[in-house]
Amino acid sequence: MKRLLKLSAVTALATATLAMAGTLEDVQKAGVLKCGVNTGLPGFSEADSKGQWRGLDVDYCRALAAVVLGDATKVKYVPLNAKERFTALQSGEIDVLSRNTTNTETRDTSLGINFTGVMYYDGQGFMVPRALGVKSAKELDGATVCIQAGTTTELNLADYFRSNNMKFKAITFDTNDQVTKAFASGRCDVLTTDASGLYATRTKLKDPDKYVVLPEIISKEPLAPAVRQGDDQWFDIAKWTRNALLTAEEKGVAMANVDEAAAKSTDPEVRRLLSVEGKMCENLKLPKGCFANAIKQVGNYGEIFERNVGVKTPLKIERGLNALWNKGGIQYSPPFR
Amino acid sequence: MPAFLRNEKVRGILYQIITIALFIAFLFFVAQNTAHNIEQRGIKTGFDFLHATAGFDITESPIPYTPMDTHLKVFEVGLLNTLIVSFWGIVFSSLLGLLIGVWRLSPNWLINRIAAAYIETFRNIPVLLQILFWYNVVLATLPSTRQSINLFDTVFINNRGFFMPEFVFGPGAWMIGAALFLAVVAIYLISRWAKKRQEKTGEQFPVFLTGLILLILLPLLAYFLAGRPITAVMPELHGFNFRGGKTYTPEFLALLFALSIYTATFIAEAIRSGIEAVPKGQKEAATSLGLSPLQQLRLVVLPQAVRIAIPSIINQYLNLIKNSSLAAAIGYPELVTIFAGTSLNQTGQALEILLITMLTYLMISLIVSLILNWFNAKMKIKER
Repeated sequence: MKRLLKLSAVTALATATLAMAGTLEDVQKAGVLKCGVNTGLPGFSEADSKGQWRGLDVDYCRALAAVVLGDATKVKYVPLNAKERFTALQSGEIDVLSRNTTNTETRDTSLGINFTGVMYYDGQGFMVPRALGVKSAKELDGATVCIQAGTTTELNLADYFRSNNMKFKAITFDTNDQVTKAFASGRCDVLTTDASGLYATRTKLKDPDKYVVLPEIISKEPLAPAVRQGDDQWFDIAKWTRNALLTAEEKGVAMANVDEAAAKSTDPEVRRLLSVEGKMCENLKLPKGCFANAIKQVGNYGEIFERNVGVKTPLKIERGLNALWNKGGIQYSPPFR
Repeated sequence: MPAFLRNEKVRGILYQIITIALFIAFLFFVAQNTAHNIEQRGIKTGFDFLHATAGFDITESPIPYTPMDTHLKVFEVGLLNTLIVSFWGIVFSSLLGLLIGVWRLSPNWLINRIAAAYIETFRNIPVLLQILFWYNVVLATLPSTRQSINLFDTVFINNRGFFMPEFVFGPGAWMIGAALFLAVVAIYLISRWAKKRQEKTGEQFPVFLTGLILLILLPLLAYFLAGRPITAVMPELHGFNFRGGKTYTPEFLALLFALSIYTATFIAEAIRSGIEAVPKGQKEAATSLGLSPLQQLRLVVLPQAVRIAIPSIINQYLNLIKNSSLAAAIGYPELVTIFAGTSLNQTGQALEILLITMLTYLMISLIVSLILNWFNAKMKIKER
């Protein structure tokens, strides 16, 4: 299946004629946004018992669909593992990749993709069974580590152990589920991925209290949606969708009060964001009120965060770095002007 | 219609030329288009990545490998792992297939049914599912490192794998190899002599027994004469894991097991059809010569059956090699898992890497079928 997908991606590269510029027209014509998401990572992208996709990454897809098509439900989710994700985007199988993907120099410059703004600031950590009695990542010399193939984590891991002069054995699997299963069955001592992923994975384990996340964070992992390179218009739309979600939170515009804010707000930036004034949506060749649609149907960044990964969810993640810039975090949107 | 076009021969050639031209034009179009699309999207191309640092670790490697090595080295490690698991898979599936194939025709009802049930079960379940199944069985049933199954302090079994002593050859170890070679040569000479003698006098000589004794005695003698140059390095529990000795990982074992069991069913069927294709008269003739059932099988039926079965067995060997790429599902680091998987993802150069991988499988398959076809031609009954 996987090879089939990869091969089909290659054939698509080979046969697709210049279908590249004009992702917006394609999406509008199809009436549906094809969004690449994780096959299963609680809090970020997971299909619930009713087959409904939920999560922070999923909500970005929904927001983008609301901005472009006016309807957050018009998304076709394409679950991808780490190895498939870039080829799927390159070949045009998906319109946007929103799959807890770290923005790195190599990926940005040599894969033919562009990263939009950061949706979640993360860092790589380690999880071990409590019974092992390990207190710090520095004690992991000689450990066997379960890891997902084709991730930045895989490279960070090798770097970290090398720079600390420690040895390790990496066992790599294709999907997060396989990694979790192998870790739960004791095939490895340590599971490593982004810290958010560790907390998410821990909720999947049979007895979450039997596992501890070690204090060390060994890398910077800015997780950002990505689009194909060469389609600047689409890139702009993807970027400003994320910015709109952040600006809405900053200005206190939420799902519940978006209509009220549009009618009553005197704040010029809110008025521009909600298309009461200015030509923000028209500049992107989108109908008036595009961002208002997203906020109304999906909510602002804060609502998305709290709903999927926040302290009231099983993941119990604090805002931390992901708080707004004026609340002690580093999430920041350029102005709507 | 011009006169020359009415000539059927000319027309035939013309059609062929047009077909070839269209095909070449199509290939050209595809290549051109690919290059264009790749350039448009700013995707890196070329084979420079082979010399870039890989940066990731590989679970098991027959040659020394560190994350500092290049993607080329990753390719080598993957290729070697593919060859290793394929080699042992071919050995085990052949032995098992032969046994089951003979059992399948046994007059003993129970044995016959067991073989049939085995074949029908394992032949009809997709091999990928079997690999996943055995992997999960291995992981689920074996204990953790600290509760390892301990066999005489030399072999340890746990869910990290089978840990066995590794033999280290000291100076003088060559004498043992030489002794082994000597034994093989001696056995060859003895069997030739015994055959000649049997043809002349009808007396039999216990070649098998003598051979076995020579095979064990000579190297053993050399071992003591050379001052016991082989030492065993025992696996020892050290921190998280066992260190030293030889390790077989659950991934390797599950893959090997699944591939052997799956392919053996097809080989068994090939052997069975081979045996059934041997004319009944051959067996009757053997009986009338007074050969025992085992001798009939060994001397008369199997040599002919194997001849008939070889072509389809070649196919199964090739299938096994190609199926080994399913290891990606359980993380055994063979060619597809690490090179067409991890390396591809870290460099993003899908076209180049898939091309290299496909060509590699093609080469392996062609070489294997060349060797086996040569063997087949040699084994065929020479018609005079």
